[in-house]
Amino acid sequence: MLLNQFLMLGAVLFCIGVYGVIVRKNAVLVLMSIELILNSVNINLLAFSLRNGNADGHTFALYVIAVAAAEVGVGLAMVLLMYRNRRSVGLDELSEMKG
Amino acid sequence: MIASDVLVAQNVGFAIIAAIMVIGALRVVTTKNVVHAALWLVVVLAGAAAQYVLLAAEFVAITQVMVYIGAVMVLFLFGTMLTRARIGAEKDLNNKNWFIGLPIAVLLLATMLIALNDGFKAEKLPADAPLVTTQQVSDQIFGPYLLPFWALSFVLLAAAIGAIVLARRD
Amino acid sequence: MFSASTEAAEVVLSSGWFLEHAYIIPLIPAVAFALIIFFGKKMPLKGSEFGILSMFGALAMSAGAAYQWIQRVNGAPEEAFIKPVIKTWTWWQNDGISLGIGQHIDGLSIAILVVVAFISSLVQIYSTEYLHGDRRYTHFFASLTLFSAGMLNMVIAENMIQLILGWELMGLCSFMLIGHWWEEGANSRAALKAFFTTRTGDIGLLVGTSVLFFSANEWTQKTLGVSGFSIRGLSAWALSGDPGHAAITVGAVALFIAAIGKSGQFPLHTWLPDAMAGPTPVSSLLHSSTMVVAGVFLVARLYPVFFEGMNILGTSLNFIVLIGGVTIVIAAALAFVQTDIKKVLAYSTVSQLGYMMMGLGAGAWLPAVFHIFTHAFFKACLFLGAGSISHSASHHSFDMKKDMGGLRKFMPVTFSTWIISTLALCGVFPFSGFFSKDEIIDNVGHNGYTFFMIIGLSGAFLTAAYMTRATYLTFFGEPRGAAAGEHHEEEHGHDAHAAHDDHGHDDHGHDSHDAHAHDSHDDHGSHGPRESGLIITVPLVILATLAIGSGFLNAAPFGHSWENFKKWVEPRPEVVAVTDVAHTTGGAGEVRIAAGSTDTTIPEDHSAPADEAVMSESETATEDTVAHGEVTAVAGEEDSAHGEEAAAGHSTKSAEGEAHHESPCGSETPEGGVCYAPQLHHAPFKWSKAGLSMIIVFAGMLLSWLLCVQLYDRKNKKLVGLTQRNKLLGAGYSFLENKYYLDTLYEKIIVRSIAHPISRGAYWFNQNVLDGIVNGAGICTKTVAGWVYRNVDQKLVDGAVNGAGTTAENAGGALQPVQSGKVNQYGALLFGAAAIGALVLVIINF
Repeated sequence: MLLNQFLMLGAVLFCIGVYGVIVRKNAVLVLMSIELILNSVNINLLAFSLRNGNADGHTFALYVIAVAAAEVGVGLAMVLLMYRNRRSVGLDELSEMKG
Repeated sequence: MIASDVLVAQNVGFAIIAAIMVIGALRVVTTKNVVHAALWLVVVLAGAAAQYVLLAAEFVAITQVMVYIGAVMVLFLFGTMLTRARIGAEKDLNNKNWFIGLPIAVLLLATMLIALNDGFKAEKLPADAPLVTTQQVSDQIFGPYLLPFWALSFVLLAAAIGAIVLARRD
Repeated sequence: MFSASTEAAEVVLSSGWFLEHAYIIPLIPAVAFALIIFFGKKMPLKGSEFGILSMFGALAMSAGAAYQWIQRVNGAPEEAFIKPVIKTWTWWQNDGISLGIGQHIDGLSIAILVVVAFISSLVQIYSTEYLHGDRRYTHFFASLTLFSAGMLNMVIAENMIQLILGWELMGLCSFMLIGHWWEEGANSRAALKAFFTTRTGDIGLLVGTSVLFFSANEWTQKTLGVSGFSIRGLSAWALSGDPGHAAITVGAVALFIAAIGKSGQFPLHTWLPDAMAGPTPVSSLLHSSTMVVAGVFLVARLYPVFFEGMNILGTSLNFIVLIGGVTIVIAAALAFVQTDIKKVLAYSTVSQLGYMMMGLGAGAWLPAVFHIFTHAFFKACLFLGAGSISHSASHHSFDMKKDMGGLRKFMPVTFSTWIISTLALCGVFPFSGFFSKDEIIDNVGHNGYTFFMIIGLSGAFLTAAYMTRATYLTFFGEPRGAAAGEHHEEEHGHDAHAAHDDHGHDDHGHDSHDAHAHDSHDDHGSHGPRESGLIITVPLVILATLAIGSGFLNAAPFGHSWENFKKWVEPRPEVVAVTDVAHTTGGAGEVRIAAGSTDTTIPEDHSAPADEAVMSESETATEDTVAHGEVTAVAGEEDSAHGEEAAAGHSTKSAEGEAHHESPCGSETPEGGVCYAPQLHHAPFKWSKAGLSMIIVFAGMLLSWLLCVQLYDRKNKKLVGLTQRNKLLGAGYSFLENKYYLDTLYEKIIVRSIAHPISRGAYWFNQNVLDGIVNGAGICTKTVAGWVYRNVDQKLVDGAVNGAGTTAENAGGALQPVQSGKVNQYGALLFGAAAIGALVLVIINF
């Protein structure tokens, strides 16, 4: 297996995730795109860890997973709050920080 | 021969799973149905777990399945339900930024691919690398990377508390 | 006589401290002036101490200088040129013109110095009594002292600039002193008239000085090493044959015009009688003895210039003698119709100044200068006597007809000094006027100006006549008015005296010395006329003594040995060799003594030119040497020169009492040296001529006396009111009374016709041109300002300012969409930047 194939896979997932962050209106979908990004990072980490023959990458991949979980939790709490206040989760309408 | 078989099998497996992942990812960002997007994300996550196995990272793969698919995705679905996302297709889930997003994504992809190609060329991963055992991982966690572990515990704690605080009704 | 020897050809002239330091003489009163101005009011005698002490100091130094000068002359050979004691300090020099200050002490300076210092001292003492309690006592003494400083400075002046300085200073002080009681309009008008009239003449002074400077400077620098301003330079230049005829004539005429103004000659004499508005001490000091002779002094000082410019001994009519002669007669005629005693004396002064000018114009230099000397004494005495009368007898009035008469009984001292001075003025033997005035007349005739000699004799007649009239009205007859004890209670005779009174007691209340003013008035009221106090009479006596005695300084009738004034004062017309002018005029502080007591000459060689000049050379570094007909035996030539001189030497006219040879000065260009004075002729004294003038004088006195008695005393019906009945006499009388209508001519015609158009023109210019320019500038500024406001300020500047704001706003507005608040956009930004960054990195590292 080439190293590059994993890395390129990670790159593709990353870019798709970027596209999703920019394009998606629903807040939950944006969070999902962020999950895509994080996963691509994980793949990179593990590929390099295998290449170098140590467990550092693994450790960090685990940390990333933990962080991602935490972040999703908080993010969804915010989405809930947003929904409660304005009955919608469209990020287009959320522009009070404008200016 | 076995080694090469194994290798061929790994490559084939990789290719199939990668393709599934990419398609799934694309469906995540393009589907008009929120729930479908969540389900496609599950596909991607599962595919990632499979890749992890190929990368001799079994512990991480299991953790991925349990945490990501088990917890995070459930959370996503809960969130979707609680925010009255329409069951079924919605009119517009994309904003008008696709003409910014697409170029950026393409540009970024191109840049990264070129850089990767130029950087690593045809470097091969070691064929028979030993599996990374859980013991090794835990040695790392509780060894050199203890501090991030503790920080991370705080992060989780804060996240939990924060989520509760944010989401409670009063 | 020639001293036919020999070796002692060294001419060492003695000098002395007073001669060398005579420049201190004007400094003493100058310092006193400053002291009076600053401290006078606080002093116990109100500043007069400084004045009197300074005058005594000046007098002492002048006397010392005179003594040393006399020693100097007496110690020199008979015919030697007595070099003046000259010192200069260069004050400023630029591009060939150097201005300096210095002293030029010769016999003329010494004589006038003594006169000025002496009379100033007496007048200052007199003034302490006369002006006691005056409202501006201190300033009076300040002006008087300053005047003395100015005149003394003029007298010792080494160059024309210094002379002009003293001249103008005197004019200023004259103005201040005439207008001493300026509260009365007539007094200030008189002061202005004096100032303007003399100023008109001063144009000539400046023109003349400039013309002479520019003509003479080159020659004087080359030959003598002095500038064209210096007195001796101009004198030598005039006689050197160098000057062009036009230049020297113009210079002489211009300078003479200044003398006409200052010395009250016709036609600029009109200010002098009006100047009697000043206090009597001022009249006696300035306007009789000292200031008014400044013009005469100028002519005498630069005599070679006038000698050549007017061709004095070459013709029988020249400008100076004409003016002098005319002045004598017209002033004498005017003296007859005056009722103010001071005006009589003023016209008498004008007439006597005419004598001096006529004398100078006719080549009678020494008699004219001697007349300055003697005239100062007796005229000052006459004026002070008039002041004494006004002070103690006529209750401050000078009107002879109204307030005087019969005063000889009451004021014996004043009367006797008056009589002595009158006799001196008329030229009666043996009083001083005889030796000076009659010498003038004599020499005028002797030098070929016969017509003017007749004028001089007529003037003597008239002088005797009008002085007798004045004496009669004042001292004889019955007392009138104030002399009779009448006391003008209401107005103090104020308005009657407004024109010629010399005090300004408006009323008693205004005086700061009330008590004294009261006393003097009350005394008059209760006691009538009486003799004045000692402070007044002692100066009178001193001056009268000099009026008798000063004539004997130059008593030509008694022989050559009595002619001391001539010996000491008259510059010798000798050719003086000039050697070694290699060094230039002294720089600042450097003193160049041109007449050294260390002057030694060792003549080695001498030429035998066709003329009588003999030259000798000096080996020392001094510049001028004195040469004379003394020949040394060194070179061997002796008698050839002698013989020539002996043959041609004696003046053809020197029959008696004259023992000097003809020098070329004035008649030819001197060779081998310079001349400082022209050769003049002296008329030999004849008792017959003296007798004739005496007869004329006595005739005048007698005739006048008889007329006076008939007219004023007996009131002869035929004579009283004659001028009103007889048309011709009446016309003549009013012509005289209106002073030949000259004042009308000057003031109403000339001045007004010039002043009015000029003033109208000036007013037009001011209103239209100047104001137009100023207003125009204002309008211009306003228009420009408006334009600048509208275009530059509003559009440009505000545009820029507003534009900056708008730009910022627009930029902000343009950038505002970046902060849309939309998360997607922020994400896009983030990832876009990252993409671009990555791209850049890749490209760089590719």
